[in-house]
Amino acid sequence: MSIDLRTGSPPARVPFYNDPKVRSIAYQVALCAVIVFLVYGAASNAIDNLKKANIASGFGFWNQTAGFDISQSMIAYSNLSTYGRAFWVGLCNTLLVAAIGIIFATILGFIIGIARLSKNWLVNKAASGYVETIRNIPLLLQLLFWYNAVLKALPDFRDSLSIPGGAFLNNRGLFLPEPIPQTGFSFAVMAFCAGIVVSTGYHIWARKRQEKTGQQAPVFLVSLGLIVGVPLIVFLAAGLPLGFDYPRAGKFNMAGGIEILPEFAALLFGLSIYTAAFIAEVVRAGIRAVSHGQTEAAYSLGLRAQPTLRLVVVPQAMRVIIPPLTSQYLNLTKNSTLAVAIGYPDLVQIFTGTVLNQTGQAVEVVAITMAVYLTISLATSLLMNFYNSRIALVER
Amino acid sequence: MKRIVSVIALAVMFGATSASAQTLKTVKDRGILNCGSNGSLAGFGLPDAQGKWAGLDVDLCRAVAAAVLGDDKKVKFVPLSAKDRFTALQSGEVDVLARNTTWTSSRDTQLGLNFAGVNYYDGQGFMVRKALKVNSALELGEASVCVQQGTTTELNLADYFRANKMKLKTVTFATANEAVKAYDSGRCDAYTTDASGLYAERLRLANAADHIVLPEIISKEPLGPAVRHGDDQWFDVVKWSLYAMLNAEELGITSANVGEMAKSDNPDIKRLLGSEGNYGEQLGLAKDWAVNIIKQVGNYGESFDRNVGAGSPLKIDRGLNKLWSKGGLQYAPPVR
Repeated sequence: MSIDLRTGSPPARVPFYNDPKVRSIAYQVALCAVIVFLVYGAASNAIDNLKKANIASGFGFWNQTAGFDISQSMIAYSNLSTYGRAFWVGLCNTLLVAAIGIIFATILGFIIGIARLSKNWLVNKAASGYVETIRNIPLLLQLLFWYNAVLKALPDFRDSLSIPGGAFLNNRGLFLPEPIPQTGFSFAVMAFCAGIVVSTGYHIWARKRQEKTGQQAPVFLVSLGLIVGVPLIVFLAAGLPLGFDYPRAGKFNMAGGIEILPEFAALLFGLSIYTAAFIAEVVRAGIRAVSHGQTEAAYSLGLRAQPTLRLVVVPQAMRVIIPPLTSQYLNLTKNSTLAVAIGYPDLVQIFTGTVLNQTGQAVEVVAITMAVYLTISLATSLLMNFYNSRIALVER
Repeated sequence: MKRIVSVIALAVMFGATSASAQTLKTVKDRGILNCGSNGSLAGFGLPDAQGKWAGLDVDLCRAVAAAVLGDDKKVKFVPLSAKDRFTALQSGEVDVLARNTTWTSSRDTQLGLNFAGVNYYDGQGFMVRKALKVNSALELGEASVCVQQGTTTELNLADYFRANKMKLKTVTFATANEAVKAYDSGRCDAYTTDASGLYAERLRLANAADHIVLPEIISKEPLGPAVRHGDDQWFDVVKWSLYAMLNAEELGITSANVGEMAKSDNPDIKRLLGSEGNYGEQLGLAKDWAVNIIKQVGNYGESFDRNVGAGSPLKIDRGLNKLWSKGGLQYAPPVR
């Protein structure tokens, strides 16, 4: 506020509607009101029209009987279950393929990414070829390739390829012997758990001692012995308490054992291989981002190549890798909806497919599905952001 | 600027009230009928090599176009999958859904549809390989069955196996094409759909002679055209387009003799062909609505014969689809 110098009197009072503060608040309130009005208008218009068109609305369908079968379910499901149950089956199937896909894609992606930096000409070119080919072909085509060209071309179940160990492979899927624990098996499980606890303690003790005295301990070998060796000895001592339910040919299908559907396998292969190509580039970029001076500094301190990579290069590269890696994980999860094309019963196929068609309640079903994918994606990025903040460079 | 956008958004939202109320007027103004059809089922809805659509359901849409617009070629066919068909009708993308759709109570009451009659009485069956040496659907316990998603077929299948205490492995696909392809490649032991569909799909298999259709018919599948609920006038138009074809067959009027028949003294024929009374106007159509249908599309018997019956590669027996006067179920109320 300024004072009129000529008269020396205080300025005339600014009317409230010219006060910038009042104005900005008024605009905000007006905008909010418009948004609320628009949302309300859209919602009530939709409800009106649905009622006028005699289309059922509401969430009453959730507890109605679904009446259809699903080829793969991790939780108990039959055609007498409800639509709500079918939703959970679809969600579990989506999460299963996404989780396993993320693990496979990460392992494969890191291998390819490191191979692209290899000094070996053949390894280097093979990795570049992989990345350039796979990431430039649409994922849908790759899924159709795996399903129609590779897996459907396997022999009929009457001439299954038999794999040593009692497994069978045919165009109906991969059939593995199902392990059945018998009395005494729990001892081996207990030894395994104890092994993890003890080796964690040993790891902490070894690190403290190294910080204090500089002496290193053979942590890897001791952990291996505790986690793998001891339970194995207990298992042998208990007289191999593990039976197998082997798959065998029935009249129409293989019976018994664990069944891995070709639809699942095709989706898993497609997603993992496709996403791995992107992860490889992320990994390569991350490692390249660590300046060569860091490696040289580590060498001049006397570190050998392997500890240099593990203690100096990778921790710094991870900071660059994690954020784009997160978005690759999100992509993989969302891309799993392409399952529709090859008949894998994921959330979209079951819920926005059959359930939507039978109930006709597009608004509710699509809203639920969108909310689910949003939740999965936000949870994934929350987890990755937490990990990222853990490994971020600690500034002093 | 923001204000303008909001106003436009509002206008769009409140202006976009249900378009269902005046379908007849909309179609007349547009000058073309949008028909939701099966894009890949021989005998019911399939474009040929020249892009010309043919089939029993296609003929129904052509009949509606002939009645409303006077020209059976003024139809835009929209191929729909089983899963998406109802949404397309509800949202107004198509005016009539003639896509071998089974009339059930929940579709009639929950989906905002009205079924305008039955143009094919069908039932669900199974197809298997001859090499399996299966002679009855009751021997299919433990079998893998390929099925299309979003169909009554999918539900009947589950019911049938449960009722007969048989185990079942279903493999569900979004389209009939994929389901048949999977069956053909050996992914499944059996393929199931409406019996008419089985005969049509069998012709497309790599080696049709290796497959048989099992004798059991496990369900009632009255297939018919559907329209949006709440537009009675349009509902009447579609219903009577079908009835006109049935009445024409019953009265012996064909696409060939419809001109002579106009001179007939039979009052039933005169009423149908519009030379007596104003039954066309009552429907909101022209006087010669039925003449256009019969001249351009033919009667029900001609359409059946040409698309699925003896005159087609499918060679399906008329069976239940004979006229009531010949021992079948097809029966149309009189025009009067």
